[in-house]
Amino acid sequence: MTQWSDHLIIVPIVLPLAASALTLSLDERRRAAKRVISLGVAALMVAVAVALIWSARETGPVAYRLGDWPSPFAIVLVADRLSTMMLLLTSVLGFTSLYYATARWDRSGPRFHTLFLLLLMGINGAFLTGDIFNLFVFFEVLLAASYSLILHGSGTERTGASLHYIAINIAASLLFLIGVALLYSVTGTLNMAHLALSLASADRENLALVEAGAAILGVAFLVKAGIWPLSFWLPRTYGAASPPVAAVFAIMTKVGIYVILRLSSLLFGKESGGAAGFANETLQLAGLATMLFGILGILAARQLTRVAGHYVLVSSGILLAAIGIGGEALTAALLFYLVSSTLAVSALYLIIEPVERNADEEDLIGGIAEPVFDDEYVGAIEEKEDEVGIVIPGTIAILGGGFIFCALLLAGLPPLSGFIAKFALIDALFRNVEIAPTHWILIVLIILSGLATMIAMTRAGIDRLWTPGEDSPSRLSLIEVTPIGLLLLVCLALMLTAGPVMDFMQATAEALQDPTGYISAGGPGGTVGDPGKAAVSGLRR
Amino acid sequence: MEVALSLAIGILTASGLWLLFRPRTFQVILGLSLLSYAVNLFIIAAGRLRTDAPPIVGKGPADAAAYADPLPQALVLTAIVISFATTALLLVVLMASRGLTGTDHVDGEDGEA
Repeated sequence: MTQWSDHLIIVPIVLPLAASALTLSLDERRRAAKRVISLGVAALMVAVAVALIWSARETGPVAYRLGDWPSPFAIVLVADRLSTMMLLLTSVLGFTSLYYATARWDRSGPRFHTLFLLLLMGINGAFLTGDIFNLFVFFEVLLAASYSLILHGSGTERTGASLHYIAINIAASLLFLIGVALLYSVTGTLNMAHLALSLASADRENLALVEAGAAILGVAFLVKAGIWPLSFWLPRTYGAASPPVAAVFAIMTKVGIYVILRLSSLLFGKESGGAAGFANETLQLAGLATMLFGILGILAARQLTRVAGHYVLVSSGILLAAIGIGGEALTAALLFYLVSSTLAVSALYLIIEPVERNADEEDLIGGIAEPVFDDEYVGAIEEKEDEVGIVIPGTIAILGGGFIFCALLLAGLPPLSGFIAKFALIDALFRNVEIAPTHWILIVLIILSGLATMIAMTRAGIDRLWTPGEDSPSRLSLIEVTPIGLLLLVCLALMLTAGPVMDFMQATAEALQDPTGYISAGGPGGTVGDPGKAAVSGLRR
Repeated sequence: MEVALSLAIGILTASGLWLLFRPRTFQVILGLSLLSYAVNLFIIAAGRLRTDAPPIVGKGPADAAAYADPLPQALVLTAIVISFATTALLLVVLMASRGLTGTDHVDGEDGEA
């Protein structure tokens, strides 16, 4: 704990926190400074995430004990392949969404940059932390920021949607606390790695209590992941949010997925005794139901934002069902799919607004609204409207091209990364000697979801883009095109480097199947572990 | 002690759930508050119920058995602060929704009810 590079792990949490405090202290009118700060921080976070991935690849899981307390009393941050990969995904989405927001969305309400950076901090913290109560705290940070971000831009639709969103998430947080309390009452620890160790040696009589705790905890995450039947809030909320906010929310369902993946690997892996494989069947069935609901939703949706919202559900369903089935090859495939689909959905949310703006309808997403609290703006909005950057010609061509690209990615048609991901999933399912009925259903639903997406996207494309209309093509600024292009470029790179990326995912999946590396890094260290255990069990009596 | 605590948790949870499913936003907020009280009591119970056992160790050698588990108390403190803050935020959204839609129904429009 002496080298400066050891402290790199905490940078993704401290940096956005400090920057958001800084932007809070700046007046609303100094927008340029805020933009520079938040974009700079987002770009820096991409670099930090790459560095962390590199070190996780070289040295395996690294733990960082906050305050240098002995583990398991310290709250630990653990950077392993999975968490650093999610960090990179978050920072890429954060950067592109922020960049897009500078076109005009960051002006439609107060303190956009502050809240956005806090959201990134919460998400990063949730990915990094190795302590289950600390996870709750980071969840609350990211949720509190997201509550305010949903409201960004104001308007009746957003207020109504956020009312539901906040209510269901507070209820889910209470379930989270109940689950944590139950697990703590049995094991006497909150450290995830230590929890895994304690569960492996837990008494059989306490097993029911552990499973109840884990199930209640799981429900809290599944609400975030948007599992059916706890998902009805999601399409409306995401559809009501302003585009850059919705684009970064694409990662928020994945936070739920990540925690489920992490906890089921740690608590209910092969070596965890009686509780091994807990709730796998439930996850499979619920995942399949979520997919079905999402597919029907995609077909029934009349607005593109609803298509995107239901696509988020489909991808959550695929991921949950695949987690339930498990296995190394499938886990690697699902990780690849997670990255690819998150990027694609985020790009879709960004491209929807320019596309719908084209359609000569009432503004569905709602333009820049009036301020709710007058005193907060102090002339921030009234000043010069619209210098959206360079307006580029050939709007329809560029939008159409990007739209087709998005559609191919989402539907999983060759040759893009969406296809590789779905192919890897199906291939992994077929590798088993015996294919269970649920596996067949999953394969069928994966293919059907592609078809449904293609139908919905074609319909929307013809409706909004490719029907010659008399209205002149709308203006499209370079600032809006660049982030969409960047996201699609990342997907393209993912396709071109599919081999090495898949190797990385394979190693990640191996580490998830056998989490000893994580446990020895994040759990009680050899030197200080035993006194800690003794103290805890003394209290336990 | 055990009976009193479990009765308190049970009654708070039941009342909270009932209010949570009511159609008025204010009832929903009160329901969530009651539920959070119930959860806080539950966390205390997770640390085992002890009377006459302080959670803070004094000077000198300590016998762990003579003290209550301090961790759940710290957790409850954190949980109280967080639920207080989110409730305040929800209240603001409630007011905004009431102002924008002119009704305190959770869906922003009055049904038959």
